[in-house]
Amino acid sequence: MALHTLYEKLWNSHVVHEEDDGTALIYIDRHLVHEVTSPQAFEGLRLAGRKPWRTGSIVATADHNTPTDDWASGIKDPISRLQVETLDANIREVGAKAYFPFKDLRQGIVHVIGPENGATLPGMTVVCGDSHTSTHGAFACLAHGIGTSEVEHVMATQCLLQKKSKTLLIKVDGTLGKGVSAKDIILHVIGRIGTAGGTGYAMEFGGSAIRALSMEGRMTLCNMAIEAGARAGLVGVDEVTIEYLRGRDFAPKGDLWDKAVEYWRTLVSDHGAPFDRVVEIDARAILPQVTWGTSPEMVTTIDGTVPDPEKETDPVRREGYARALEYMGLTPRTPISSIKVDKVFIGSCTNSRIEDLREAASVVRGRQVADNIKLALVVPGSGLVKRQAEAEGLDKIFKAAGFDWREPGCSMCLAMNADRLEPGERCASTSNRNFEGRQGPGGRTHLVSPAMAAAAAIAGRFVDVREIL
Amino acid sequence: MEKFTILHGLVAPMDRANVDTDAIIPKQFLKSIKRSGFGPNLFDEWRYMDQGQPGMDNTKRVLNPNFVLNQARFQGAKVLLTRDNFGCGSSREHAPWAIEDYGFRVLIGTSFADIFFSNCFKNGLLPIKLPAAEVDALFDQVTVTPGYSLRIDLEAQTITRPDGKVIPFDVDPFRKYCLLNGFDDIGLTLRHAEKIREFESRRQAEQPWLFT
Repeated sequence: MALHTLYEKLWNSHVVHEEDDGTALIYIDRHLVHEVTSPQAFEGLRLAGRKPWRTGSIVATADHNTPTDDWASGIKDPISRLQVETLDANIREVGAKAYFPFKDLRQGIVHVIGPENGATLPGMTVVCGDSHTSTHGAFACLAHGIGTSEVEHVMATQCLLQKKSKTLLIKVDGTLGKGVSAKDIILHVIGRIGTAGGTGYAMEFGGSAIRALSMEGRMTLCNMAIEAGARAGLVGVDEVTIEYLRGRDFAPKGDLWDKAVEYWRTLVSDHGAPFDRVVEIDARAILPQVTWGTSPEMVTTIDGTVPDPEKETDPVRREGYARALEYMGLTPRTPISSIKVDKVFIGSCTNSRIEDLREAASVVRGRQVADNIKLALVVPGSGLVKRQAEAEGLDKIFKAAGFDWREPGCSMCLAMNADRLEPGERCASTSNRNFEGRQGPGGRTHLVSPAMAAAAAIAGRFVDVREIL
Repeated sequence: MEKFTILHGLVAPMDRANVDTDAIIPKQFLKSIKRSGFGPNLFDEWRYMDQGQPGMDNTKRVLNPNFVLNQARFQGAKVLLTRDNFGCGSSREHAPWAIEDYGFRVLIGTSFADIFFSNCFKNGLLPIKLPAAEVDALFDQVTVTPGYSLRIDLEAQTITRPDGKVIPFDVDPFRKYCLLNGFDDIGLTLRHAEKIREFESRRQAEQPWLFT
């Protein structure tokens, strides 16, 4: 019998039609919708007189533009408000399986609410007009970020036009050291293969270190597969997957649950199935990571230094490094642990789930945010995460230390709302992109794990979290 | 979608790798509920001296004289020459919308990010991948040649340089067919509506939990 990778199993089970050149129509099971990339798609449908194919596949929420404080005052920015109200009106008009609007208890970042409500299930194809849709691959879903034209295409036809990707296995074996988390694994991977290293591939994560991760950790990995260029990340189903889903609202119940679980257990790469490329990593060699530049691949370890562009032989790379250091206000050979930060952001679809908040709180407990920190923000990924964290008393730990405890949303990951960096401000951030201007024009982002962000808040500079745990 | 057949256009060079979609169109412009009008804010943070906001009169803003697209010799460019991994980052289709609205129809580079690459084709833009040596040569030529233009023939899959050299390029047959004819993907897909319905019924019978 032929051996198949997980990606091939998912692909083969969703092909509706294939053109001669291999372009295929892939059936879409779940369509996640948010306010930023959907208005033009709904408008396109209306202009063409088309009806959505299956609104029962749609789960929607408002997350990018929503404020994280003073909800009583609503959305003050009129342009943001119009975009959120446009989503309200569009969902009212066409319907959806579920809609969690602004201020709803279950509102939150689209990639947090899908899994936590059981709306993301193994074996599904999941799409959303957001590149971090790769997150859902942690559940053995074929999950892609798509553009707005594709959002409209999926609404109208329940299919996506795709060509089959190549397969890449990131195999991480061994045990992670204390204070090292999934975020450090993925930053290490991006540093190793580069931001275009996964372009054209579906990136599966395997090996004993991955099996040992919680679903939250696996979501962090798959979330940033796109930062390595891979449109989809994947982790095979195991007991951790199944236990996470048991009892979730939209997960199947009773006999259907048993039937589903039996199928889900087949959603792993067959032993010995060939991948187009394999990268092997020793988990014990991964140290806490900190990015120093304006691309996620510009990353080093906490005990490292800012690199010297003059040592780069490739001219495009040398100029890129020099430009990044100028933007970041950093000098070559500066020790990472001597870099002071102004703001700390714990949140985003990468690191705002309950486990991330627990990890950060364990560092913060009984300590105080340093005097030079202007703002330390914790933004839970959803209303449910927030409620759970409050039930565990995590909010009190953060607030006692001097953190702001906010309402859920995308917040300072991309600064579409009021949460942002001012020009020149430096941030330790648990988000996913350190691009120029990402967290606000002129803002300087360093990507780190929740524990490392918490440690930076306490020390006022980057510090090895292993020393204070 | 506008058809693409043959284009003879002025080339502008964007000589940096990993140009991300936040640079192509910053987040504050994503609040629009329209799909047009993004051109004046293409590369906003590099292009202007001030911070751009939606609703500004962009004609009154001070341009950054050092930014390549602000140089007189590149005004009216239709072809953007790029480096590795252009369009990385977010899935925002506002990026190709801004590029198209600015006036570009062709992007030439060594590699493009996946989502950006497919978004281009949905908007009448042709992204072309070439080997590094060809791209290096184009950068060398455009830098020293005012008015440097290329002729791009999609049907023949060729780029013709001013010195007469013809560079062949690859494009997916299906994408080429859609672009040459200006076809709307949705219309083409709906020709298979019956097949989609059959697939859906079978799936519902096999995995009913996906349809509750």
